[in-house]
Amino acid sequence: MISTRQGTMSTPKIRLAGLRKSFGSKVVLDGVDLEIRPGHSMVILGGSGSGKSVTLKCILGLIPPDEGLIEIDGRDVATLSRREREEVNDRIGMLFQNGALFDSLPVWENVCFKLLAQGRISRRAARDKAAEVLAQVGLAASVGDLSPSELSGGMQKRVGLARAIAAEPDIIFFDEPTTGLDPIMGAVIDGLIVDVVKRLGATAVSITHDMASARRIGDDAAMIHKGRIIWRGEARSLGDTGNAMVDQFARGEREGPIQMELRK
Amino acid sequence: MDRILDPVAALGRLVIGLLRGTGAIALFAAEAISHLVRPPFYGRLFLKAFIEIAWFSLPVVALTAVFTGMVLALQSYTGFARFNAEGAVANVVVLSITRELGPVLAGLMVAGRIGAAFAAEIGTMRVTDQIDALSTLSTNPMKYLVAPRLLAGTLALPLLVIVADTLGVMGGWLIGTQQLGFGSGAYLKATFDFLQVADVVSGLIKAAVFGFIITLMGCWSGYRSGGGAQGVGRATTSAVVASSILILAVDYVLTAVLFSR
Repeated sequence: MISTRQGTMSTPKIRLAGLRKSFGSKVVLDGVDLEIRPGHSMVILGGSGSGKSVTLKCILGLIPPDEGLIEIDGRDVATLSRREREEVNDRIGMLFQNGALFDSLPVWENVCFKLLAQGRISRRAARDKAAEVLAQVGLAASVGDLSPSELSGGMQKRVGLARAIAAEPDIIFFDEPTTGLDPIMGAVIDGLIVDVVKRLGATAVSITHDMASARRIGDDAAMIHKGRIIWRGEARSLGDTGNAMVDQFARGEREGPIQMELRK
Repeated sequence: MDRILDPVAALGRLVIGLLRGTGAIALFAAEAISHLVRPPFYGRLFLKAFIEIAWFSLPVVALTAVFTGMVLALQSYTGFARFNAEGAVANVVVLSITRELGPVLAGLMVAGRIGAAFAAEIGTMRVTDQIDALSTLSTNPMKYLVAPRLLAGTLALPLLVIVADTLGVMGGWLIGTQQLGFGSGAYLKATFDFLQVADVVSGLIKAAVFGFIITLMGCWSGYRSGGGAQGVGRATTSAVVASSILILAVDYVLTAVLFSR
């Protein structure tokens, strides 16, 4: 059995079983079952409102699920003490859809925020570390002194990526990493994601509805529809999976089993 | 029968909603306070909030206090002249300013400035996922965003009120000596002879409570906001309205408690 940074090859890095979540009468997750292998990159696909982001937030502990199991490295996170949960979160990095950079802090402080918060680095050393991590995402060290509001959308994404990887996590979540970017910048971000995930040997979970991006960054893919996982397979097979819903979604076809609820 | 019960049901819903809201704010405040005594402590953020509240509110609080003292001297002189009691102007000005107007007006001014600013800042962080981002970066948002602001507000308001008290009394002195014909020494003697330590201390206690209320309502409204720009706007309005009303209501309660015999 091959040992990885956390857990073993036979233990899924993340396992979801029967995950349910409702907001009022609206059922968002209706029994999500999913396993994510260590060191693999999983892409979760789905339309708007299908439950992708809520799934991610449940795994991160930002939203408590109503029912179901979430295991990270074989440990049920619901049974963890506050400190143990914080230790699990310490090993997680997250790239938010809109970057979610802190407006009140310069870029270098955003990048090294976690290291500074944990007291793992001095403020002086954080500047050098930020320059090093910014270089990994193709940004000059001088960007570190800028405010997030001075950055373009693509640069904000790259700074967000730098912040997600600065503490060298072994699980990284990417929430719609290419949304709002032009196709070339989207490909650049995807390339960076693939590079950093490989370099860190991390497990990656991305949620997207960008098919080109899903094929580029994913080893495995799963599709969520109406709060349930309706398919999972290899990301490279997207568009030719044999599942009518997934293929319709991957090809962006109007006609098919997935019907948009449009008022006429 | 339903028509008869409808108003009762509406009243019940209102009361339940009010109790639920009060309970939620109390739990929010208790959690924030608990973070004040548990490390890590964010001294830099406390200092930033303290300067924002104490230093940058100084001009508006100072102007309010000076003009209030001036108006108070004029009004009380006009009223007391009818009873040949003009000599009590200095006493009335100092008592009103230290016990009531200093803390209440400073509180209302700071509620407009700081309550709105905190609600808008934290609300924007909420709707742009920055608060979620804090959680994923090993940082408790309550400890990072709320606790330092609460402490800063509670400590800064009394300092502002000391300034407001001083300037309010000086405003009264200015009008008393320049317009109403009081001698400078006599006016100040009347002021300090009449003033008791309890008058000032009660005002400072009120100020600390108002500072806590303002920052609590600002942080609470921002923290719970949602619904994009409109939600942040609503949070800002509700922070100012709620803290202003609470300041006036709590002022009555504190006055009743502090000066009950």
